Amino acid sequence: MKEDKKHLSVSAIQNGTVIDHIPAQNLFKVISILGLDGISNQITFGSNFGSEKMGRKAIVKIADKYFERDEINRIAIVAPNAKLNIIKDYEVVEKMVVEVPKEIRGIVRCMNPKCITNAEGIGTRFEVADKASVTLRCCYCEKITDPDHMEFL
Amino acid sequence: MTNKSLVSINDLSTDELVRLLDLAERFEQNPAQPVLDGRIVATLFFEPSTRTRLSFESAVNRLGGRVIGFSEAASSSVAKGESLKDTILTVANYSDLIVMRHPIEGSARWAAEMSPVPIVNAGDGANQHPTQTMLDLYSIRKTQGTLYNQRVVMVGDLKYGRTVHSLLLAMAQFNASFVFISPKELQMPLELKQFLNERGLRFEEHTELAENIKDADIVYMTRVQRERFSDPMEYERVKNAYVLRRHMLEGTKPNMRVLHPLPRVNEIHVDVDDSPKAYYFTQALNGVFARMAIMTAILGLTDRVK
Repeated sequence: MKEDKKHLSVSAIQNGTVIDHIPAQNLFKVISILGLDGISNQITFGSNFGSEKMGRKAIVKIADKYFERDEINRIAIVAPNAKLNIIKDYEVVEKMVVEVPKEIRGIVRCMNPKCITNAEGIGTRFEVADKASVTLRCCYCEKITDPDHMEFL
Repeated sequence: MTNKSLVSINDLSTDELVRLLDLAERFEQNPAQPVLDGRIVATLFFEPSTRTRLSFESAVNRLGGRVIGFSEAASSSVAKGESLKDTILTVANYSDLIVMRHPIEGSARWAAEMSPVPIVNAGDGANQHPTQTMLDLYSIRKTQGTLYNQRVVMVGDLKYGRTVHSLLLAMAQFNASFVFISPKELQMPLELKQFLNERGLRFEEHTELAENIKDADIVYMTRVQRERFSDPMEYERVKNAYVLRRHMLEGTKPNMRVLHPLPRVNEIHVDVDDSPKAYYFTQALNGVFARMAIMTAILGLTDRVK
């Protein structure tokens, strides 16, 4: 009975990608970073599911869509523990985990108000200074932007 | 480092640093060398810094090169609203190398990414000022005979002072030990202390000046600015506590030298100036040699140096 209810909340897809273990509060950031708000594929998502590991989690299922490694790593800042299931004909054919990249372009604003990226409207670029906590060092002003102060573009 | 911009002191390996210092030494021994003959250097000072600009321009002139540029944004097209990108791309047409000073942090890296000619960062806000660090290193090596195993005492505003941060990072490559002397409000940032801990380098923190400079090789003074204090009373309490006076030099090591990035206000009393341990004016002279070396190396003209 319990299982059935879960299936009802987020229905299965025939082909596509399931992104699981997204922190519930970052669901819409993941959608925005992956540009899911601008594509025509069928998308179902659910949020605030209970998770033993992370409290409340969210899931996104995108029909007929597969992601490149670089694309998927872009969500590492907001969902470092996300897991991807690649679905073909209702079967999980591949599993992927997000890897925190060495460098992050765009997505995040540099928290230094005196940084050139906030002054001349140029794209941000960060070196990941600490992968575990996803702490970023701006390639321009060299200041640290930590997860507590992260603002998304 | 030919054709490479110099934006941050972290761009240079230890080897490159030492090679540049050796080159600067050759210029000190023989300053009149026209290795930049026929070259044009642009000095773009989007904020005024007379001392740094004159030092660069003196270096270019000694090398027989020519200088174009502006000394403040008000007298350039920036005042009309031109973007940094447009200014750099335009001036790159007129020059072989661009020296730039800009109040916005990261502006030099951005300029270096776009510019077809190399950029030398002469200060980007509170971020980096690598030629200052080079001349500090040159001064330390010259007065102590080596960069290795120095005991460096840093005094004053250690929280916001970019000069001391860059010098710390650079001297950490040479097994330095540090003493930080500052008011509580202006202590060395945590991440730099963590950096030293990770490297296994020793440091001490004090609030008292006179008694903690006795075993120093280098005493690096900086200015404590009123505007850095959230509580003006606190500034009044500490403002005279970080003034170096002649009598404090008694009992310090004979090789000890006092450095200061200048301009000085009152943090080194004028009675120190006559001491053989006062080195800050010669330090400024060393800046010319350091900048001669940097520009020569970047333009790939090292072979021309006698």
